[in-house]
Amino acid sequence: MSDLTRKTAVELSELMVSKQASSVEVTQAHLDRIGAVDGSVKAFLHVDTEGALAQAAAVDAKRAAGEKLGPLAGVPLALKDVLTQEGVPTTAGSKILEGWKPPYDSTVVKRLKAAGIVILGKTNMDEFAMGSSTENSAYGTTHNPWDLARIPGGSGGGSSAAISAYEAPLAIGTDTGGSIRQPGAFTGTVGVKPTYGGTSRYGLIALASSLDTPGPCARTTLDAALLHEVIAGWDPLDSTSINQDVPPVVAAARNGDVSGLRIGVVKELGGEGYQPGVEARFHEAVELLTKLGAEVVEVSCPHFQYALPAYYLILPSEASSNLAKFDAMRYGLRVGDDGTNSAEKVTSLSREAGFGDEVKRRIILGTHALSSGYYDAYYGQAQKVRTLIAQDFTKAYEQVDVLVSPATPTTAFAIGDRIDDPIAMYKNDLCTIPSNLAGNAAASFPCGLADEDGLPVGFHVMAPVMRDDLLYTVGAALESALAEQWGGVLMTKAPELEVTR
Amino acid sequence: MTADVVAIDDALAQYDPVMGLEVHVELNTKSKMFCGCPTEFGAPPNTQTCPVCLGLPGALPVVNRRGVESAIKIGLALNCEIAEWCRFARKNYFYPDMPKNFQTSQYDEPIAFNGWTEVVVDGETYRIEIERAHMEEDTGKSTHVGGATGRIQGASHSLVDYNRAGIPLIEIVTKTIEVPPAKAAAVARAFVSQLRDLLLALDVSDVRMDQGSLRCDANVSLKPSGATALGTRTETKNVNSFRSVERAITYEITRQAAVLNAGGKILQETRHWHEDTGITTSGREKSDADDYRYFPEPDLVPVAPSREWVEELRATLPEAPSLRRVRLQTDWGFTDLEMRDVINSGALESIVLTIDLGVAAAAAKKWWLGELARFANESGTDLDALPVGPAEVAEVQKLVDAGTLNDKLARQVFEGLLAGEGTPAEVIEKRGLALVSDDGPLLEAIDRAIAANPGVVEKVNSGKPAAAGALIGAVMKDMRGQADAAKVRELLNAKLGI
Repeated sequence: MSDLTRKTAVELSELMVSKQASSVEVTQAHLDRIGAVDGSVKAFLHVDTEGALAQAAAVDAKRAAGEKLGPLAGVPLALKDVLTQEGVPTTAGSKILEGWKPPYDSTVVKRLKAAGIVILGKTNMDEFAMGSSTENSAYGTTHNPWDLARIPGGSGGGSSAAISAYEAPLAIGTDTGGSIRQPGAFTGTVGVKPTYGGTSRYGLIALASSLDTPGPCARTTLDAALLHEVIAGWDPLDSTSINQDVPPVVAAARNGDVSGLRIGVVKELGGEGYQPGVEARFHEAVELLTKLGAEVVEVSCPHFQYALPAYYLILPSEASSNLAKFDAMRYGLRVGDDGTNSAEKVTSLSREAGFGDEVKRRIILGTHALSSGYYDAYYGQAQKVRTLIAQDFTKAYEQVDVLVSPATPTTAFAIGDRIDDPIAMYKNDLCTIPSNLAGNAAASFPCGLADEDGLPVGFHVMAPVMRDDLLYTVGAALESALAEQWGGVLMTKAPELEVTR
Repeated sequence: MTADVVAIDDALAQYDPVMGLEVHVELNTKSKMFCGCPTEFGAPPNTQTCPVCLGLPGALPVVNRRGVESAIKIGLALNCEIAEWCRFARKNYFYPDMPKNFQTSQYDEPIAFNGWTEVVVDGETYRIEIERAHMEEDTGKSTHVGGATGRIQGASHSLVDYNRAGIPLIEIVTKTIEVPPAKAAAVARAFVSQLRDLLLALDVSDVRMDQGSLRCDANVSLKPSGATALGTRTETKNVNSFRSVERAITYEITRQAAVLNAGGKILQETRHWHEDTGITTSGREKSDADDYRYFPEPDLVPVAPSREWVEELRATLPEAPSLRRVRLQTDWGFTDLEMRDVINSGALESIVLTIDLGVAAAAAKKWWLGELARFANESGTDLDALPVGPAEVAEVQKLVDAGTLNDKLARQVFEGLLAGEGTPAEVIEKRGLALVSDDGPLLEAIDRAIAANPGVVEKVNSGKPAAAGALIGAVMKDMRGQADAAKVRELLNAKLGI
């Protein structure tokens, strides 16, 4: 039954419902796959073999007892290491949290467990989600299953690589500036950033509170929608969560009818700096949608050009404060506690040893941007830009239902290529950041391989707040039209990984 | 060094003090400000904590609606405007007892602002302007171990109890208070004392200064008499009794005057008040380096109390203190002078509660002012801290009304109560203070008095019944005061046939 790892979540669910496979079998198949390929992919920081098999056995028992189960019950999932899971090591990719076992479940994990989804383990990420390649992880870089010499994107590179390497059919990511969508684009998978507040942040180790959004990663649009439905919805433990019904994402993913849908191509997100192969696949996808009956127009969002600088003031400001709690007093790494150093010194030594360069860079940036005398010029000004970007979206949505762009300016780059050039690294997120600043819903769907390097290209869709369903409408339409051309989803074109044990 | 302090009168002759008060009030909500943990005082360390108030990675705050309600009530009672929309802000600084290393507070958007209240000192009314009242969370509590002083200096290690972390606080900040110099410290004390009464009446806080549920920081600066430019201020922290408010401010005035007289400069700094020695000492120097990097708390949505809610809360407010004072004076039939004494004594609320227990106004005033306030003042404690409260006063007065005690014995009962000898009944028992109401011993004493004073008896018999007073005195003395004088008179008159 080794082909279990090639199934979608929907197919696995059907196999389990029809008793052709148990969750334990499905889970074991994925654990085996992790054992076979993760030595070269390095998607996981922690594999919870025992916990996963126990969860799977529990689901099988419930199914045998005739209990009513959700559509994803028994399906395995890879969890980004930034979300707490009770008793399971959670590091956020940082040395400062090495060995920490949270005493509580994040809301996302609670909902996954309630839905009977089996959590295989925790996936690699850039430290505290600061990065676009996983190269900032304190535990090593994850490799892109399409080309192991390349990065899988970031910060959620581990989650996207895991599903792209068939180590899991589903994964959870978090998206602060593109950390679900960019890795989705780079690995030929689906990555959805729900509306800010549409999914709970409770238990998500904060990078930037006003931007962080947990969301689903999968190999198909419908799988992503089913997972989206499980984790979304109001949470009284997160005051910024939205108290409204979850948008009908599953219905939209099943339907995928774009006829009459008004699609706006964002003029500012393309052209110079964009890889020709990326632009080519993007424009073909737009044409495909036109053929399917969508009305496509060009839309201008003039303030998007200021999104990156505004983001790199707001994010570090919030992060500098959010990361202050790592002081070696209550949990995590503790350095220099030899009886001679003051608490202040121990905090300082622990942070010095526990945080990586990028984290320190952003703490310094944010501390400076919030300083008295600089606040108005930096943080205050960035918040104004944020308002202008939100207004750009509002105006655009008066003309169109969704906005589209390439998900990233380029395809996956080589490991080490941009690690010494933060600005080049930051530019990865040019297309994805505006949606975070405005709190919109957005997603990346696979739309082909770039001619020059044969690597996946992501098609980026942006939708108004709480219209996440529109993302899935477009994604499903694109997916079925492209599948006809390719004879399956894009992932079927991925090279086989060498199996090592 | 020159003299540490100058005499207060000399200081006030040369300088005008300017004060500002910051009062932190712990609310009496059942749960903490941003999580569901209980708030009871005195639980074993770190038993009232959760991921939120411990600042664990991933945890998020949720605003306690009762905390907001209490903040609005306090704002309204201090005649403040209530914000239609306001936010929490993060105050960023590192300290081990602050779990997130930022305090969730309010910065430039407080829930209540621009208020005022009035206090009465020596019959004069002073208006105190309120700058703001804002919501925030308390920190944990550090205990420094291994040093001689219990302070962090010299300690070998520190223990942190996070039970207090996240307890809702309201910080009330006055505008600068400038009153006639001689009244400054007393006005400050009256403000804090009245604030306590107000918070009790609003039922938003237990206001136990001894448990730290009301904490006062006093800012004091001096300027040459008549000058307008303000001097450099110091902030004296944790002045935790009404009496200390007055003493600490007085001390700072005398200390700063000495520094200025010697040509020195006042450092802008935090100072610590020492209850035992009655002085303040230098703490941390405050400077422009204190940059808390405030910014709006992104984990919380803005607080936007509807006007309907605010008006609903306004309708529940107790009567304003100034109006209440007038009403009470009328109800009790006190003269202006009597009422002034009551207010100055700080015993107003205790007297109200005692009267509520069925004691006559005059008797309540007599015991609170004559015995308890006097004792508190002489022993340097707050009335609140005495082991005698309204219930005990009422109990003693009931025994007086019943003829079991007279005033003289009642005073001795209070003496016993204040010495911690137990309940009134226990004190009476231990000290043998009850009046003798049995006729037998009284008649024997009367017989002894008559036998010992033949001259007085002769006077009475010769038509001067008023002379019998001397016999009553003799009987009372014989009974060591433990007799009801009216009863003695009755029995004596019968014996003498008058």
